[in-house]
Amino acid sequence: MYSPLEDPLTIADKTFTSRFLIGSSPFPNNQVMLDSIEASGAQIVTVAIRRIDLSAGGETVLDLLEGDYHILPNTAGCYTAKDAVLTAQLAREAIETNWIKLEVIGDRETLYPDVEHLLTAADELVRDGFTVMPYCTDDPITCRKLVDLGCAAVMPLGAPIGSGMGVLNPYNIEIIRAENDVPVIIDAGIGTASDAALAMELGCDGVLLASAVSRAHDPVRMATAMRHGIEGGRHAFLAGRIPRKRHAEASSQKTGVIGT
Amino acid sequence: MSTIRVNGEDRDLSAATVFDLLMAEDVDPKARFVAVAINGVVVPRGRWDREPVKDGDEIEIVTPAPGG
Repeated sequence: MYSPLEDPLTIADKTFTSRFLIGSSPFPNNQVMLDSIEASGAQIVTVAIRRIDLSAGGETVLDLLEGDYHILPNTAGCYTAKDAVLTAQLAREAIETNWIKLEVIGDRETLYPDVEHLLTAADELVRDGFTVMPYCTDDPITCRKLVDLGCAAVMPLGAPIGSGMGVLNPYNIEIIRAENDVPVIIDAGIGTASDAALAMELGCDGVLLASAVSRAHDPVRMATAMRHGIEGGRHAFLAGRIPRKRHAEASSQKTGVIGT
Repeated sequence: MSTIRVNGEDRDLSAATVFDLLMAEDVDPKARFVAVAINGVVVPRGRWDREPVKDGDEIEIVTPAPGG
């Protein structure tokens, strides 16, 4: 019997049994967040770094998640390499982790990565000892450059953040997977379980998503669906799909049919 | 009056150190998951009680928040 335990995901020096990475926002409330994350089976949970909000009463999302999950801070909201690097360094100080999901956004409309700033920030953070997991465009050249800089994984977008459009360029994703030795994790654009399954069938090593679960009508159920989609897609990828053909091929025995 | 900028807002400078500033901002200096940067440089927690705050400093006080 196949066990997910025999198919671990290794990023840098850490090994995980789940290939689902989940965001901690924007859930309707903390309990739905915790229930959804538990249902997802995810071991890696992303958080943002923000100016302290005294109205929050001193409790942070970390107080809820700490101990149970590997916390992956992000640099969401940063538009320059300088801000992203400082946010990563603040995250390292606040959370005591050198892991960072590096995001450097180009504009508010598309939330597309600014590749120039992304490469600059990735270079600086790798040199500063960070385990860098960049959210990046789905182009093979940028991914290769990020890997050459020493990033621990690449996380190409499937589609724009929060769009739920799925994996828009599966051919690029396959190329990125084939050309690089680090984990390839689809980050952004996943809308439903079949999108996540497709990403895994393309050979991706994991899926990172937030809105598809947190904004679903029933987040806990969607977290469950995504978990199965990711696991199903991974099994299918490892099992090896049959080739596509233009003609039918009978699955029942061809001989011994009556009337012949 | 000397001024500093804390999380994007101007403040009169009344604190001598980062520790004093956190107290003045109602942030418990012992609270976990807090980080401080002055003028783009992180000030490690161990230096908060002696790191000076000076006129014109731009200070960020951050903490983790839900995020995707």
